[in-house]
Amino acid sequence: MIPTPKVDWLALSPTLALLGASGVALLAAVLVPEWMRKAVAAGTALAGFVLAALLAGVVFDRSPDSQALLSESMTRDRLAALAQVILALVGAAVVLLSWEERRRGSHAEYYALLAAAGAGMVFFVGAGNLMTLFLGLEWFSLSLYVLVAIDTERADSLEAGLKYVIVGGFGSAVLLFGSALVYGATGALGFAQIAAAGAEGDALLLAGLAMILAGLAFKVSAAPFHMWTPDVYQGAPTSLTAFMSAATKTAAMVVTLRVLVTAFPADSDLWTVALGVLAAASLAWGNLGALAQRDVKRLLAYSSISHAGFLLIAVAAASERGGEALLYYLVPYSAMSVGAFAVVAARERELTRPVTLDSLAGLGWERPFYGVALWVFMLGMAGFPLTGGLFGKLFAFSAAYDAGDAWLVLVGVAATLVSLAYYLNVVRWLYMRPGPELRAAPVAGGAPPRDPALAVAVGAALAVTVGSFVLAQPLLDLASAAAASLPF
Amino acid sequence: MLTTALIVLPVAGALLVAALPLTRVGSAGLAFLVALLEVGLWVVAAARFDFDAGGLQLGTTREWVESLGISYAVGFYGFSLWLAGAAVIVFAAAIGYALWAGRDRPRAYHALMLFLTGAVVATFAAQDVLLFYVAFEAMLIPLYVLVGVWGGERRLAATLTFVVYTMAGSLLMLAAVVAFGVTQGTFSLAGSGTSDNTWIFLGFAVAFAIKAPLFPFHGWLPLAYRQAPVEVAAVLSAIVSKTAIYGFLRIALPKFPEPADELSVAILLLAGAGLVYGSLLAFRAPDLRGIVAYSSLAQMGLITLGVFAVDDLGLDGAVLQSVNHALVSASLFLLVGMVERRCGTGDLAALGGMARGRPVLATVLLVAGMIALAVPGSTTFAGEFLIMAGVYGQGWGYAAIVAVGIVLAAMYTLRLISAVLHVRPGPAVREEALDLRPGELALVLPLVVCLLGLSAWPALVSQSSFPGDDPVRALAEELG
Repeated sequence: MIPTPKVDWLALSPTLALLGASGVALLAAVLVPEWMRKAVAAGTALAGFVLAALLAGVVFDRSPDSQALLSESMTRDRLAALAQVILALVGAAVVLLSWEERRRGSHAEYYALLAAAGAGMVFFVGAGNLMTLFLGLEWFSLSLYVLVAIDTERADSLEAGLKYVIVGGFGSAVLLFGSALVYGATGALGFAQIAAAGAEGDALLLAGLAMILAGLAFKVSAAPFHMWTPDVYQGAPTSLTAFMSAATKTAAMVVTLRVLVTAFPADSDLWTVALGVLAAASLAWGNLGALAQRDVKRLLAYSSISHAGFLLIAVAAASERGGEALLYYLVPYSAMSVGAFAVVAARERELTRPVTLDSLAGLGWERPFYGVALWVFMLGMAGFPLTGGLFGKLFAFSAAYDAGDAWLVLVGVAATLVSLAYYLNVVRWLYMRPGPELRAAPVAGGAPPRDPALAVAVGAALAVTVGSFVLAQPLLDLASAAAASLPF
Repeated sequence: MLTTALIVLPVAGALLVAALPLTRVGSAGLAFLVALLEVGLWVVAAARFDFDAGGLQLGTTREWVESLGISYAVGFYGFSLWLAGAAVIVFAAAIGYALWAGRDRPRAYHALMLFLTGAVVATFAAQDVLLFYVAFEAMLIPLYVLVGVWGGERRLAATLTFVVYTMAGSLLMLAAVVAFGVTQGTFSLAGSGTSDNTWIFLGFAVAFAIKAPLFPFHGWLPLAYRQAPVEVAAVLSAIVSKTAIYGFLRIALPKFPEPADELSVAILLLAGAGLVYGSLLAFRAPDLRGIVAYSSLAQMGLITLGVFAVDDLGLDGAVLQSVNHALVSASLFLLVGMVERRCGTGDLAALGGMARGRPVLATVLLVAGMIALAVPGSTTFAGEFLIMAGVYGQGWGYAAIVAVGIVLAAMYTLRLISAVLHVRPGPAVREEALDLRPGELALVLPLVVCLLGLSAWPALVSQSSFPGDDPVRALAEELG
């Protein structure tokens, strides 16, 4: 009789929930009559994301110790569980803000692929060896490639999809090659076994490490591997951009932290420097690039590059405090990012054309709720108080200062100063343009299109952004429980 | 609890004003009511405050982020209670002025003003470096919009310069806060010791120097004070600038005794230069707001001289003069606003002769002006004399600079008074321009009455600002 491996179904349940939702939604595309297809698919995806969040919460609660699963190919720990909660909640918010998106057909396919991408990310953050890591990465990337290009009638969307496939494919290939080199150097695939192989300083291993790092840097859109980000963020459907900016970054950041800390602890003096350089480059390039943007989605894309820099500062600390800072910061960052793109999506649907800075003129007065929300998200990204953005930066900076990287604190502070110019510029367009410019902007007139689902998503993002400031300690407790599952 | 209530009341009022769909007068009136309640609450706090006892009073401490040692710690010392008192009174007058002047989009405007009140009071009450940073930054959020939306013609340039200057300072301060908190293991001001790191001190000092502003960090001042709505300019010069003085007194001096001592000569020289330079600019300014704005620069230099004299008399004088300047500057800005509304301009060349037939305006402006130029017997005279006496200990040269500043203050203030009230009527002054209305008088008069009361009894503030009326010891032992 063939022995069956013991499967920890609970640990896999968030992935399975989303995979199931994806399958049901895909069936809906074929079997459900057209008039209720979108509702069934969206409802299934929403249910899948909410269920995945709940199950991941249960896993978080019941995994005080880290456990390896399925021949050590997966890990069940609080780091993965917390990341899964964030990913699933981001996914649920994205389902809400996708609801009113204009699309010719293919609604059910959209939600099916969204749930599939979510399932891939939820799987990815629990990866325990280089094989499952690559599998998870390709799983969500392939879903995203199609999603980016799903609006086939828009040339932008197709162009973005093509760019993303080519650049993303290259990134995946680099990561795969790096994995092969590491396997060659150590003869092991599992993260713990690679660390135990004692090959530190080996040239083959270091080359592999560098290539894995580059592959992951593509996904977190850290400079100089960020080139795809502005084009893809601009061309993709806005609700999907929201998903990518929050969820892809969360998943890739968490996995970067996990791989580096569990598989390459002995080489930490090398990769901390490399990450510091990547962080500084992302901060510089992201912020300077954002200054020149007129299109709000591009502006937010560059802002997300610069945030990759801030998050990498926390990873580069290579300490438990840095891990805490990263996991804390991912929460308000995801909320602000989803929220900001949601407001852009609302404006886009109102004007039925891409949102540039001038088309934001007067939004603050015409649509007070979206105005205040976008104002808060911009201030939060700039690290102002009363938003979790302040504590995110503060924790990352103190982790870096603690680890002796005072220079990264100074780079971060300088980058924040530059970033004010474009974040406050958005606020300026919202509230302060003088009369003639307001008239030049298209006044939609009448009631805005009703979109309660999107308003709920924006409200939730607003609540998380402000709530993570007031309730910083409870959230930090969760983050530190998650960070404690890594062997720092 | 009372301190928390002082912070929460205006913020809650702000949310209420923003949320309720009231009429223009309704929301402005509600905001004014909240501001008056805030004054009442401060009076209750002052009545419960025991000025003879030392230490922090009316304090509340609650853990906020335990793992880093950040806490929500608020409370008052004598000097911060007086600064907060000046703040709530000036805010009530400013919000009353906005009610009277009728600002566009009143719900947003008044919500932001009330939010600003809460942030300022929180800054004066903060007993944790990070909480201080939060409150200090939170002031900037409403100010950016208040200047940028309701300001004059060049408001966009004004608000951008203001924010970029202040944020440059604030972010240096953030780096300093991180470094201070991480090395001390706590962000609490009561729980942390002193530090001898000059760089961290500079991070704080530069932020405060920009906020005050001190020479040569005053680049944002002329544009912001000229372009802001007049009551916002009043709040900026009267109150927001004092948060820097609070920062010097609560953080920069007691927490960094050695760096402060090493750099005190440089700071004293810059403050002295600012005093003389600001006074000269005020004397040459072509418009009313310019005079008041640059006189603020001069006065902030003077107060900083008192602070960095690190002497009993100088510190007492600095606190007294901070309260004085808050009330004087707010009265003058509001009076300037009233004159500008009547004449449509603040150009000195277009004004004049307004005393004739407008006795109330003439009397109030003259009284406020006399107090501003520190006529002997006034509370400003007491404050400036204390600072001069205090700074004499650091060298007679500084005292001489202060004396020059006092003389120049007389020159520019008299120039302002005579340009508005005397000489022949200017082209912008119409015959039918009214005297001060009772409503306007009701806004300015309380400020002037406070000043007259302090003139009768300046020791009310100067002798109760520090525990045991022993400022130097208090800075070294209780605040350090």
